[in-house]
Amino acid sequence: MTSEIIIAGFGGQGVLSMGKTLAYAGVLRGKEVTWLPSYGPEQRGGTSNVTVVISDERISSPIVDSYDVVIALNQQSLSKFEKSVKPGGVLIYDSYGIQDVPTRQDINIYSVDATRTANASGFQKMTGVMVLGAMLGLGGMMDKDAIMDSLKKTLPERYHNLLPANEKALTMGESMAICQNKAAATAA
Amino acid sequence: MSEEVRLMKGNEALAHAAIRYGADAYFGYPITPQSEILETLKSERSWKSTGMTVMQVESEVAAIHMVYGSAATGRRAMTSSSGPGISLMQGGLSYLCGANLPCLVVNVMRGGPGLGTIQPSQADYFQTIKGGGHGDYKIFTLAPASVQEMADFVSVAFDWAFTHRNPAMILADGTIGQMMEKVVLPAAQPRLTTAEIEERYPWACTGSMRHRMPKNRITSLELDAAAMEMKNQKRVDMYRRAEAEDTRHEEYMVDDADIVIVAFGSAARVCTKAVDIARGQGVKMGLIRPITLWPYPSQAIAKAAARAKGFLVVELNAGQMIEDVRLAVAGAKPVEHFGTMGSGVILSPEDVVRAARRIFEDKI
Repeated sequence: MTSEIIIAGFGGQGVLSMGKTLAYAGVLRGKEVTWLPSYGPEQRGGTSNVTVVISDERISSPIVDSYDVVIALNQQSLSKFEKSVKPGGVLIYDSYGIQDVPTRQDINIYSVDATRTANASGFQKMTGVMVLGAMLGLGGMMDKDAIMDSLKKTLPERYHNLLPANEKALTMGESMAICQNKAAATAA
Repeated sequence: MSEEVRLMKGNEALAHAAIRYGADAYFGYPITPQSEILETLKSERSWKSTGMTVMQVESEVAAIHMVYGSAATGRRAMTSSSGPGISLMQGGLSYLCGANLPCLVVNVMRGGPGLGTIQPSQADYFQTIKGGGHGDYKIFTLAPASVQEMADFVSVAFDWAFTHRNPAMILADGTIGQMMEKVVLPAAQPRLTTAEIEERYPWACTGSMRHRMPKNRITSLELDAAAMEMKNQKRVDMYRRAEAEDTRHEEYMVDDADIVIVAFGSAARVCTKAVDIARGQGVKMGLIRPITLWPYPSQAIAKAAARAKGFLVVELNAGQMIEDVRLAVAGAKPVEHFGTMGSGVILSPEDVVRAARRIFEDKI
């Protein structure tokens, strides 16, 4: 099985770190992984994205033009990548500041109120982890233990005091995904 | 115990591999998309662990000439940059070749010309393979297509450089440098001692006069016409031997292919998937991936030309390696180009399949 995932948002939202956490979880589960960031001017304040491929087999191309899972953390990313979700695939977006909601009916669309919840509950820097939690909650992608083990590896030791908070944010996220198009979701 | 599997960027893997190979010195100046090489060497503090010197110097011109100085003493010296910096190094590279000095230069390509863009590109093929500097010289050039190869090619390049006394280059692009993949780093070996260097490389100017009369001289200058001719002939003979012996390439589903893609580095990764997609559509596609860009795997391409109906050269440039493919195919079959020019639009596997179907519509 191969999962092709893109995570996109503002530079500074932790998009690249989310991707790294996910990719390292794949490594810890014995999978093949590639992590390909945008490293252009977008990383310096504009939009940023990272493509993560996790597979049981050797990964040929780290560059893909359609995705099994798209995670969008802002309006620009949502508008840009909605069309790139494979039919039957999953689109997860943070509902904060979203004006134009996605409209496709051939994919499974979920909103997560992560930015607002994280800010309100004192987990300001953990929006990304919460969204990862929401993805875990949908099942089938990755298990929570692997993500926690990955955080232990990818977070510098000086931040290891934040691991319990990360776990809490991850757990909160697991039940936060709200399906936006019930019919399509059950059909898929 | 087997080595730990790590997740890191191509640039980081290359830096770790250099320390583990026992490199003696790195001189460089930061430039996207390869700055993690210098950053990693600095954060690893190799001068404390192995004694490897790591210096951020004032310019790329300084870096390549510091490499020259270190190489003249028989040390394993390296530098890295991207297009704009590598252009500044061309004079130094020509001098290194002229003085028969080994070293490793890493170019993580970005789009050009000029300051261009920091996006991935393969537009420095001509500069590297046809010679950006003056004089009759060639540089052993390896094109990694994965993070693992970024690590593994450090020893291949250094070993070749010291065996043949000629610079070697790792020619990557922004995708390979910036991407993270699983990697198993090579085992660490100690740096050579001065005594070992004097033993292995009797040409090295180590500052010691022992056993040497006349004394060693490292220079690219030779004013005696006959001696210059002989010196160049010796180097060219070495190049011909390398062309016969040191060529590397990889083939994927070429044996029964109607359309053979030729691509290196990140483009080859994209094309591997393109081959799978095309095969799924009933199109017999195959891939030849040159691993050494000089010496070039011309024979493998010529061999494939006997059966294939056409070649598609996929490069992140306006069409550079296609000239070498055409030389190898020698007019036997059509050879076409498909690519983008570092505009940030990276080809997808689907793009390659669509292009191949369009270009070779009448052959598949």
